[in-house]
Amino acid sequence: MQKVSEKVIARARELMHDGTVSKVVGWKAGEFFYDCEPNVFETEESLKDLVYNRFCGANLSKYMIKNSIASGGEGAGKVLVLLKPCDTYSFNQLLTEHRIDRENVYILGVGCEGMCDIDRIRERGFKGITGVLEADSGNELVITTLYGEGKVNIDDVLLNKCDSCKGKAHKIYDELISDNEDEGPRGDRFEGVRELEAMSPEQRFAFWQAELSKCIRCNACRNACPACSCRKCVFDNNASGIASKANTDSFEEKMFHIIRAFHVAGRCTDCGECTRVCPQGIPLHLFNRKYIKDINDFYGEYAAGEEAGQRGPLISFTEQDIEPGHAVVKGGN
Amino acid sequence: MQRLGVFVCWCGSNIAATVDVDRVVAEAKVQPGVVFAQDYQYMCSEAGQNIIKDAIKQYGLNGIVVCSCSPRMHEATFRKAAEAAGLNPYMVEIANIREHCSWIHKDKEAGTEKACVLMRAAVAKVLLNTPLKAGESKVVKRALVIGGGIAGIQTALDIADAGFPVDIVEKNATIGGRMAQLDKTFPTLDCSSCILTPKMVEAKTNENIRLITYAEVEEVSGFVGSFKAKIRKKARFVKEDVCTGCGVCMSKCPSKKGLNEFNMGLNNRPAIYIPFAQAIPNVAVIDKTQCIKLNTGKCGLCEKVCTAGAIDYTQQDEFIEEEYGAIVMATGFRPIDASKFDEYSYSTCKDVVTSLELERIMNAAGPTGGVLLRPSDGKHPHSIVFVQCVGSRDVSGRGKPYCSKICCMYTAKHAMLIRDKYPDVEVHVFYIDVRTPGKNFDEFYRRAAEQYDVDYIKGQVGKVWEEDGHLVVRGVDLIANEQIVLNTDMVVLATAIEPDPTARKVANMLTASIDTNDFITEAHPKLRPVESPTAGIFLSGVCQGPKDIPETVSQAGAAASKVIGLLSKNKLTTNPCVAHSDELLCNGCSCCEKVCPYGAISYDTHLINDHGVKETRRVALVNEALCQGCGACTVVCPSGAMDLKGFSNKQIMAEVEAICL
Repeated sequence: MQKVSEKVIARARELMHDGTVSKVVGWKAGEFFYDCEPNVFETEESLKDLVYNRFCGANLSKYMIKNSIASGGEGAGKVLVLLKPCDTYSFNQLLTEHRIDRENVYILGVGCEGMCDIDRIRERGFKGITGVLEADSGNELVITTLYGEGKVNIDDVLLNKCDSCKGKAHKIYDELISDNEDEGPRGDRFEGVRELEAMSPEQRFAFWQAELSKCIRCNACRNACPACSCRKCVFDNNASGIASKANTDSFEEKMFHIIRAFHVAGRCTDCGECTRVCPQGIPLHLFNRKYIKDINDFYGEYAAGEEAGQRGPLISFTEQDIEPGHAVVKGGN
Repeated sequence: MQRLGVFVCWCGSNIAATVDVDRVVAEAKVQPGVVFAQDYQYMCSEAGQNIIKDAIKQYGLNGIVVCSCSPRMHEATFRKAAEAAGLNPYMVEIANIREHCSWIHKDKEAGTEKACVLMRAAVAKVLLNTPLKAGESKVVKRALVIGGGIAGIQTALDIADAGFPVDIVEKNATIGGRMAQLDKTFPTLDCSSCILTPKMVEAKTNENIRLITYAEVEEVSGFVGSFKAKIRKKARFVKEDVCTGCGVCMSKCPSKKGLNEFNMGLNNRPAIYIPFAQAIPNVAVIDKTQCIKLNTGKCGLCEKVCTAGAIDYTQQDEFIEEEYGAIVMATGFRPIDASKFDEYSYSTCKDVVTSLELERIMNAAGPTGGVLLRPSDGKHPHSIVFVQCVGSRDVSGRGKPYCSKICCMYTAKHAMLIRDKYPDVEVHVFYIDVRTPGKNFDEFYRRAAEQYDVDYIKGQVGKVWEEDGHLVVRGVDLIANEQIVLNTDMVVLATAIEPDPTARKVANMLTASIDTNDFITEAHPKLRPVESPTAGIFLSGVCQGPKDIPETVSQAGAAASKVIGLLSKNKLTTNPCVAHSDELLCNGCSCCEKVCPYGAISYDTHLINDHGVKETRRVALVNEALCQGCGACTVVCPSGAMDLKGFSNKQIMAEVEAICL
């Protein structure tokens, strides 16, 4: 990770310096070293803040809607974006939906060995964390704290979305800095969905009731989600008639997440940003994965964002399409 | 300020017996915006319509709700009445309290409650209605007939006769269809070819008809008056305009092991062949799966012997694109697979044949030259058993639940012909019922039973098996109430008929609805029997349901007259309930474009002023002439930019809330 990281930062500076790009969309450390946030770097000087480490979980694809469209024109250079393997699916899906101007983008595919969740590190008893370093062994991290050092197994402290990584291959790029492209997927991403499916409707209702009642309608999930990038969200549109389907009562509170999940069904690439950014720890990805699993069951395996220009099963009609009655029999819970 | 009127129809006792109309009126009167409500025995009558017209004028109504039957019955009636009184016809909403309510409920209390709910939903919707204006669309004066059997031929001839050009697309190498395979026809026993071939020739020579054989419709877009079809003309490997039909190639072709489809596979044909002597066009075709030259590159004999130089091994499929005002489905039928009924040993005993196979055996152009011989050893049979209803009227799921309608009559025909030509042959017929409703049909059946001594046995056959070179049939005689075992030489199965498998594909392409048996559904089973609910699609022949030849021909003519009626118009009124896109909300994602079945959505990139922010954006545009108002785009649009006039998202939400709250 360390090696890739150094190369990525050096290459970004080079591309900016030689004029290939005029902006860099990357990550910058926040108040603490672990709260890396998306940032648009507009000068060579500002690139001193560019980081690429175990805490760069944020998916930068969505930022390319605004940055790629606004760029271009006379004399303006391209915009460099750093994409991890899983981020490229979102990028492709946005290309499919004509939301990104590919011409104006230079994609640097950056290798990834899994992103860490600071909360999972804390759960292992670390307090006053001052740094996280790669251990020599390769599958461990050294956690430095105000009170000394400790080691954790990387697999134990990965982000939820990295537990079921799609694989380390980039689906789109102009240039690649990665040494593990051939690593395949890990984990069983539908395990949680199967657990939900095994519940009785009452149990499932109780589960979601408990989870969704934590929602504070901060809109973080919506704002981070690359599929949720409508020019005007239906929840912000008074004329839509559903703007109020929010937190007026416990029923409508659930409606927000269910409507959102339906809106992204077939377009969601399972990037996991919704769950990552939720300050209340609601496992929102379970909605999306349920729909992905159903789509796979009903129409055959489909991965949104696998390539640009795909036509998803929910927006194409074929004679082999499942009849609604069969859908109920096959998995209507 | 909304001023609404609500009119509640009794429909005689159809509604009033299950719905307390007084209560519906009383509840209507307290709905927001409603200034007038009244019930009447028959709202659709002239007196009823006058109540509506008078109320519109007297109370200055700007929207009305009629609680009555399905909008498919009388929406047009009430819209016209409203228009006559000066109200925009799209300010009329129908609450269907008959089909959706009184007809399906018995309890008056529950029925009344539901009628009130439906009325409230319609009021909630009409509050949000806006006046709409219908546009006009063109009519392409050309018809497409899919299927070149007797149904398709007759429809095409009648349309052509009225002066409109028509294309027949036939998937086989020749027109003629199933009728060409028949030997004689009931109840007159005239030769099928003798009455069919003049029609085939007429179709070929009529200058308004273009025959596109060995072809299939691949894609259809558009709508009534303006369909676009893409037709794949499969490679024949023979130049259609050069081949003289001399048949020398057929006699020289060394690959002779193809199953002769025309003779139901009872004998073989060469790889290059003309399906039958009267084929139209009388042009050879090469079966590419069987041709040695096409598979190995060697041979080429047919090319050498063809004096006309018609053979072309390099021929490719061709595509024809054409516009049509109307499309007729005449896709026909096929017999079901008899091997599903293994008790009759069809798949194991050669002497168990289907009726259509017997038809070929009896035909002079058939595999035996018209002499009745057993398929197994070519000997003359002395006894034949016919089994009726094989797979028809079958509710077990193996066969078809419907009556195939033609089997009783053709079995009587076969029995009679055999007894007439070979008086030494005993003929037994096992039947459930003999159904002969048709002109001269019962007389025909009685002639078989009484004059020709055909042994009709009421009962079913349980098992057929082979024993010592003959067949044994075990059945039951229900009248004598005993089991019987018959030794016989041949068994003929009157197999059920089913729609041709292409019907489903074609129906999907045309968005024509089909029933559970894959027969095409009529717009109304009694009143619009030759039209599909999809405008501009018409039905001819067995694709709509089992039929004999006289019925097929009359229905084909009826379909033609509907087509002629449509093609005679210069303009059609379009539905104003079309989609439109709010360009400020549009993401330009193309989801709507992909789901639109009519190709009505395109994209345009232009400068947009979004509340002062000027940006060049890619946004959806709806072609209102193409849009049919199906609403698929409104559902798929993530941002809600797409909306449907007359059925806006807001209106539908208002209806839902009126029902739920």
